[in-house]
Amino acid sequence: MADQFDLECRDVVKKFDAFTAVDSISLTIPKGSFFSILGPSGCGKTTLLRMLAGFQAPTSGDILIKGSSVLGVPPNRRPVNMVFQHLALFPMMNVSENVAYGLKRRGADRATIEKKVSDTLARVGLPDSGPKQISQLSGGQKQRIAIARCLVLEPAVLLLDEPLGALDLKLREHMKVELKQLQHEIGTTFVYITHDQSEALVMSDQVAVMNAGRFEQVGAPQDLYYNPHTAFVAGFVGESNLWKGTVGMTHDDHIVINLPTGGAVLASRKTHPTLAEGQPVDVFVRPEAIAIDGQGKTDNAIAAKVDNVLFNGAASSVQVRDKATGHEMTVALPQTGAFANLKSGDLVNLTWGAEQTRCFVAAQNQEATA
Amino acid sequence: MTNPASSGTGGAVRFGALLLAMPLLLWLFLLVILPHVDLLLVSLRERISYGKYEFSLINYTEFFVEPLYWNTYVRTAVMSIMATVLTLLIGFPVSYYIAKVMRGKGKNVLFLLCLIPFWVSELVRTFGWMILLRESGVISNFLQWAGIADGPVEMLYNDATIMVGLVYTSMLFMVVPLVSVLDSLDDSLIEAGYDLGGNAFTVTRDIVIPHAMPGIASGCIVVFMLTLGNYLTPNLLGGKDSLWFTEQIYTQFITRFNWESGSAFGFLLLVLSSMIVWIGLKLSRQTLSETVS
Repeated sequence: MADQFDLECRDVVKKFDAFTAVDSISLTIPKGSFFSILGPSGCGKTTLLRMLAGFQAPTSGDILIKGSSVLGVPPNRRPVNMVFQHLALFPMMNVSENVAYGLKRRGADRATIEKKVSDTLARVGLPDSGPKQISQLSGGQKQRIAIARCLVLEPAVLLLDEPLGALDLKLREHMKVELKQLQHEIGTTFVYITHDQSEALVMSDQVAVMNAGRFEQVGAPQDLYYNPHTAFVAGFVGESNLWKGTVGMTHDDHIVINLPTGGAVLASRKTHPTLAEGQPVDVFVRPEAIAIDGQGKTDNAIAAKVDNVLFNGAASSVQVRDKATGHEMTVALPQTGAFANLKSGDLVNLTWGAEQTRCFVAAQNQEATA
Repeated sequence: MTNPASSGTGGAVRFGALLLAMPLLLWLFLLVILPHVDLLLVSLRERISYGKYEFSLINYTEFFVEPLYWNTYVRTAVMSIMATVLTLLIGFPVSYYIAKVMRGKGKNVLFLLCLIPFWVSELVRTFGWMILLRESGVISNFLQWAGIADGPVEMLYNDATIMVGLVYTSMLFMVVPLVSVLDSLDDSLIEAGYDLGGNAFTVTRDIVIPHAMPGIASGCIVVFMLTLGNYLTPNLLGGKDSLWFTEQIYTQFITRFNWESGSAFGFLLLVLSSMIVWIGLKLSRQTLSETVS
């Protein structure tokens, strides 16, 4: 039954003295999928990955690879390989020796090694780089060699520990697409950890959002973005405007959230059936859900003054200030260029439908939503 | 190498640099080059009669003709190489433990423990060994008290004791460069080695040792030279039979008052150490500049 999953965790806990780094994580990763673990630094994602690789042992719980437990199996016997954050290519060997390293450890014969190394180098698009020294490679090439070094061993699962972190922005964008393509071609299960939401959203089939040692939500990227289950996910995945308020009167299909500054925001009753009057809530609205001087739904309407125009091509936005409450908001500009002439000081009418408002009962520790 | 564009100020700059380098140049010239030139000249002359000297190679031929000198020379070289290898074999795991296994405070404490014996002079340390190992010493008495030995046991004045003393004296000079070079080895390289299927032996052979090679080479050079030129330890722990080449030089200069022969021996020792270091560097494919940097 478990065979259809390449990787499975059951209630994995890792404690360092009193500190719980990973707190009862359970996950199943189907064969051939691209699974990302997204979380801020210090959330325990690296610890989790290191437990999967075998460098750390869980305090309790079980880890299964292809249906059999790997607890107590050292890293060199596990059918998983890891691409390290700083790649950890061996500088004392050239490219083909790096790729051949794992095969040599398995005792493969020379002809097999040579064939597999050249096949793998061709597969990552660097067929002639075998005799090169590691220091002669560019950042993106090193990246591909680090992946090739693992892929040549045909692991059940490839673990990637923020491997794009060290690259510059342009290369990172490029490698994102390339990694996804590569994974698609070879069909190996990838477990990718990152703190960069766009990496996770662009590449993954499934994303687990991790915070303080726990999974907040596991789902497809679209799910996380449009249907966040917790305030943390809503705040961490994508941009959001945030208010803190209390639930006020509830109408047939609307809930009124009163803001401490005096204003109010309307939310849909249908999407928040459990909210009760008087509960403190965090309110999230995506910048692109807000229309400027638009028709659309006008459940919420705010008159605001433009503070700053942040022009960034198709991803341009404006920072505005609610005239009544003084609350700062970010609103995405439509990509049609309709508001290209907007400048600071202009007055705009902002509207959005109640169903675009997301409310979460405020947690005990308020900073989690920041 | 002069840059034509800056030739106007070049002279001044060069003079400044020369001035800055003066202490070093003086030191090199007065304390290294000049004595050696003199030593060479002294070694190449023969005393004919009182105050009369002649050019001659007799001091060198004497060395090759007299088997005692020749044997002492080879024995010193072999023992020094053995001491260097032993120091490396013991020092490497110690350094690895300090650099890679220990974390935080314990690391500094261990490193300090390696350093502490060097707060007293080599002479005092060597006497410490003598107190332990001599016939009426601590270990001998303990063995008798425990009923393991019937009479006093003499553990001084043999080659094994010399070796123990030499390794002990040299340990720090091996551990320091090894710890610093192993510190610079990224942990993830070791982890990657295991992750890709390596075991402790292959990871050490393929990743740790190649990375540590400059440190190994520099540690070995320092230890070898210190050992080869050591006088105190072989003399005190090995006694009259220690047959260390530095003792021969001492005898020529001080006991026999034969400066010509002593100078020749001094030069032969210099040639020996240079040659062995050169061969060692060639064998380990290191360069001297890589090693000292």
